[in-house]
Amino acid sequence: MKNFRYLEDKATLALDRDLCVGCGACATVCPHGVPVIAEGKARLADPGACMECGACAMNCPTGAITVTPGVGCASYIVSAWLHQAGLQRKGPGCC
Amino acid sequence: MPRVRTKPDLQDRLGALMVRVGIRRMAHLVVPGLYCVGQPDPASPVLVTANYKLSFDALRFALHGASAWILVLDTRGVNVWCAAGKGTLSTAEVVRRVQSSRLAEVVSGRELVLPQLAATGVAGFKVRRATGFSVAWGPVRAADLPAFLAADRQADEPMRRVTFTLAERLVLAPVELALALKPLAAALAVAFLLGGVGPGVFSLGAAAARGTWLGLALLGGVLLGCVGLPALLPWLPGRLFSLKAGLLGLAGGALLALLAPAGGLERLGLVLVATAVASWLGMNFTGCTPYTSPSGVEWEMRRAMPAQALALLAGVAAFVVGAF
Repeated sequence: MKNFRYLEDKATLALDRDLCVGCGACATVCPHGVPVIAEGKARLADPGACMECGACAMNCPTGAITVTPGVGCASYIVSAWLHQAGLQRKGPGCC
Repeated sequence: MPRVRTKPDLQDRLGALMVRVGIRRMAHLVVPGLYCVGQPDPASPVLVTANYKLSFDALRFALHGASAWILVLDTRGVNVWCAAGKGTLSTAEVVRRVQSSRLAEVVSGRELVLPQLAATGVAGFKVRRATGFSVAWGPVRAADLPAFLAADRQADEPMRRVTFTLAERLVLAPVELALALKPLAAALAVAFLLGGVGPGVFSLGAAAARGTWLGLALLGGVLLGCVGLPALLPWLPGRLFSLKAGLLGLAGGALLALLAPAGGLERLGLVLVATAVASWLGMNFTGCTPYTSPSGVEWEMRRAMPAQALALLAGVAAFVVGAF
């Protein structure tokens, strides 16, 4: 996966180290190894690799790690824009 | 208790092929509930999966020779990661299925092995709170399960990381092509009509001759965007999918323009149309990759879409004006 990088500084991932209890769930579930546990707490080792899947935030028991998850395909985003603009009645969707 | 085979038969292979090329893709559901492979006893591991045919098959075929329980969730026939992202593979669904299958009466252990990619939709600590079953995050790929189970639920680093090999990229191309087929047919009809427009108002002969070249530019754009981009992804320059695919379209369009018996404006039109179509479809492939962030994709789209629309309109205009 190291051959594949997307835009580095766009992801909405954030970590509040004060809230972190160091359980390590985020480091286990991240498919890109973005958070790691160091000195008893999580640290964002490679935030540029985040794809905003939301697994870390979903499994964080204290809400220390947050991200706005979403579906990353163009069709879905266009569909969401149309829905927001009132041009598409049903909610956003894709394949 | 349904016991399922762990070796694929002809029907499994045919079904997988149909799913991959998009024929009755949503008809391949697995009935949610508890299944088993081998001869499990109450202490055997419980493995959780989606009710998408390919997810369920990947799991059971990885378990050849093993004994285990399989808990199939109702994800509306969608695979693990997509269902987790879309909210059908959720904490609530795991809790509901554990209870409705009366799993606690069947097994003695109090642990569920969930695929790691389900973590997008499932909070392990909440499942434990609601059911008493703790969640062990299994490997990303079902094929690593035997090693994971043998190592007492320990996954090494490669088991925890998604990959995007050539095969993984190309396996998605048939469905992407199938989805592009309908708009392509409509676009080809328009290309035929536009090809006939000329000094004599409309000519069927010109429609066939010129419309074919415009149609080839469209078809080339579709093939380069849906197949060329996934195949060549790591080697195309830059990080923007619209740019990578646009470059492919530009090269394909230029080749077509050299071959076409046409004037300068028409040639420019062919190049622009192929570039715009390939760029758009290539950008859409971001939804198939395991590494693009939606925030990044939206950022790219806001910049690429005006250029793609402009290139398409200018290309069609140049092609039509070139006939006069």
